[in-house]
Amino acid sequence: MKDANKKQSRFNSKKELTAWALMAPALFFMLIFTVYPIFRSCYLSLTKYQLGMAEPEFIGLKNYVTLFKNPLFYKIMKNTIVFGLMTVIPSMASGLGLALLVNRKTKGVGFMRTAYFYPVVMPMIAVASVWMFIYMAKNGLFDQLLITFGLKPMNVLSNKKTVLPAMAVMYVWKEAGYLMIFFLSGLQNISEDVMEAATLDGAKPFTLFRKIILPLLGPTFLFVSTIAFTNCFKLVDHVVIMTEGAPNNASTMLLYYIYQQGFTNFNYGLSSALTVIMLALLLVVSLPRFISQDKKIHYN
Amino acid sequence: MKKMKRIASLITAGVIVSGLLSACQPKETQPTAAAPASEAAAQQTTAPAAGDALKLTFYYPVNVGGSAAQIIDQICADFTAENPDIVVEPVYTGNYDDTVTKIQTAISGGNPPDVFISLATQRFTMASTGMAMPLDALIAADGEEGKAYIADFLEGFMEDSYVDGQIYSIPFQRSTMVLYYNKDAFAEAGLDPEKPPTTWDELVAYGTALTNDDRTGVGIALNSGSAQWAFTGFALQNSVDGINLMSDDGKQVYFNTPENVEALQFWLDLQNKYKIMAEGIVQWTDLPTQFLAGEVAMIYHTTGNMANININAEFEFGTAFLPGSKRVAAPTGGGNFYISSGISDERVQAAWKFIKFATNTENAAKWSLDTGYVATRYSCFETDTIKNYYAEVPQAKVAFDQLPYAKPELTTYNAAEIWRILNDNIQAAVVGDATAEEALNNAQAEAEAVLAEYQ
Repeated sequence: MKDANKKQSRFNSKKELTAWALMAPALFFMLIFTVYPIFRSCYLSLTKYQLGMAEPEFIGLKNYVTLFKNPLFYKIMKNTIVFGLMTVIPSMASGLGLALLVNRKTKGVGFMRTAYFYPVVMPMIAVASVWMFIYMAKNGLFDQLLITFGLKPMNVLSNKKTVLPAMAVMYVWKEAGYLMIFFLSGLQNISEDVMEAATLDGAKPFTLFRKIILPLLGPTFLFVSTIAFTNCFKLVDHVVIMTEGAPNNASTMLLYYIYQQGFTNFNYGLSSALTVIMLALLLVVSLPRFISQDKKIHYN
Repeated sequence: MKKMKRIASLITAGVIVSGLLSACQPKETQPTAAAPASEAAAQQTTAPAAGDALKLTFYYPVNVGGSAAQIIDQICADFTAENPDIVVEPVYTGNYDDTVTKIQTAISGGNPPDVFISLATQRFTMASTGMAMPLDALIAADGEEGKAYIADFLEGFMEDSYVDGQIYSIPFQRSTMVLYYNKDAFAEAGLDPEKPPTTWDELVAYGTALTNDDRTGVGIALNSGSAQWAFTGFALQNSVDGINLMSDDGKQVYFNTPENVEALQFWLDLQNKYKIMAEGIVQWTDLPTQFLAGEVAMIYHTTGNMANININAEFEFGTAFLPGSKRVAAPTGGGNFYISSGISDERVQAAWKFIKFATNTENAAKWSLDTGYVATRYSCFETDTIKNYYAEVPQAKVAFDQLPYAKPELTTYNAAEIWRILNDNIQAAVVGDATAEEALNNAQAEAEAVLAEYQ
């Protein structure tokens, strides 16, 4: 008995060793490129570190105090969260809609899927440049459309009330196809037996959707919302290309502010503090998914 | 399961394609031809000089079109042809901000570039952080020749090379702002195409005459990074004694003087009262397009756009001094040469030699012609290169004529941050978040907080 245990544990440790060896390369890169920068940012956020300084100088929580006293910081946090809310729900809804649309076996569905997915593969920089032509003052597609209908051109990117919604529309267009893929895989995992049984019992398409598809997509929803939220917080390219935060920081978002503090003002300490705040925000957003993974909400 | 696999592979393919696409996507300002050209130049230059030649690293940003990078390579190659014992290796470093980041990184790595180009407005930061060295000793060592060299630069450009009385930089890629106007539109509106507006009042009168349903009279770019430049011009024009937005030592700003409030109010009036300028914020890059499309009759823009407008305008266009108020004035801008501090004396000497070569009359004239920057030296305007150019494009000469009235753009310690503060607050006034006075009071308070540590 004892012997068997020993054997077992030796076998386990050998197996474990192999596992570690296999994980080592990935772990190594993760340590260097993810874990180390996180700790380094946490440390730098407690220092004064500016252009030309050879060594960061420890100043405690002063960077955070500076931020929390600055009304601009709150404006930017508000922009970030508002943009998140404006994009996540519409892009999930359109992603689900597209997925339902292409989840069938008709001719040309492959083409449709590719077409809906196409905006996803385009780099954000290209997308933002194209949409800038759409939103361009007076000459842009959007303003021309307004003029055609006898309305006043809006120059949406220069108006503090319309700049975030305008960017949100663009982002939803780009993101919906990406989320569609996850919903599609969720839909295709729903057993056809269940659907068939329900149909035989006389369930109408809407009932099918509400009583069977939606509940069975539960785990997918949680996953997709996490992805959608973190993705939209991680966005910076379109701000750089389209507005640089104008007008009067109405479109400045957290990541762009980090970039600006770090690489335009060369205030590395302050931008590290902002990075830590961003990290906390991302953690909060992905918390529900972590918890649910432990609880294993699964139907099949 | 099979379906899952297919979807998974679709995602993978998507990721790969997007990766490829983004790799192919050229960076906004990056001239795509730069890499092969600089490789070729490097091979060309290293071949004869291989061995014990001194190798200098030269960081440069380019903010205008593609050919500039090739011209830089050419200048470096020509320099080595003349000085076989020195090889200058040009390194393209993106835009102005990227360049400072890269210099900082290189310094932290103990391997600074020997010579670099950065904004003239960065010089206080360069000096206070010890990234660049004063050049006075080098100029003095050249004796009379050194004196003549400095004296030959246009004052409007040389003026923003000083930090506390010492020269830290040498003008290289410099520009100024002029008024472009559409002569056809002038004729159509019953105005004399040869008499552009010279004062703010005339600007309003002309603008009103030129504005109709399809056209606005005046265009000024108010996006971040552009508004502060144009505003420098308006503030200078409205100042009785020609005081700029900041003190010469870069430690004080004077944003909220009554004259400056008046200048900002004038912008707001152009939009809201006279309704001769488009509301909201027009982008710097959109403005020439609108001008070329005939939608704006007069625009405030850089001389760097001369070639673009000259080639693409389907109407007769003219250029003029910026209309004055209490005086005639215009802002200058652009990048200068710096030498890194902390490099060996031998390298300093070589870098200085290179700067003098790159800014010699002939090279400065050629650089101006090929890029649209204004030639930086008086002697440039005696060369056939520039004379022929002005004969061909007389509109380009206005920039030179206006330079005696030009002053440096907003330049302080922590210049980038101060720029942003002024830009944000100007925008706040433009979109109606604040009045002109409130906006400039805020800008003053915020800027003073940033500059407090330098008092």
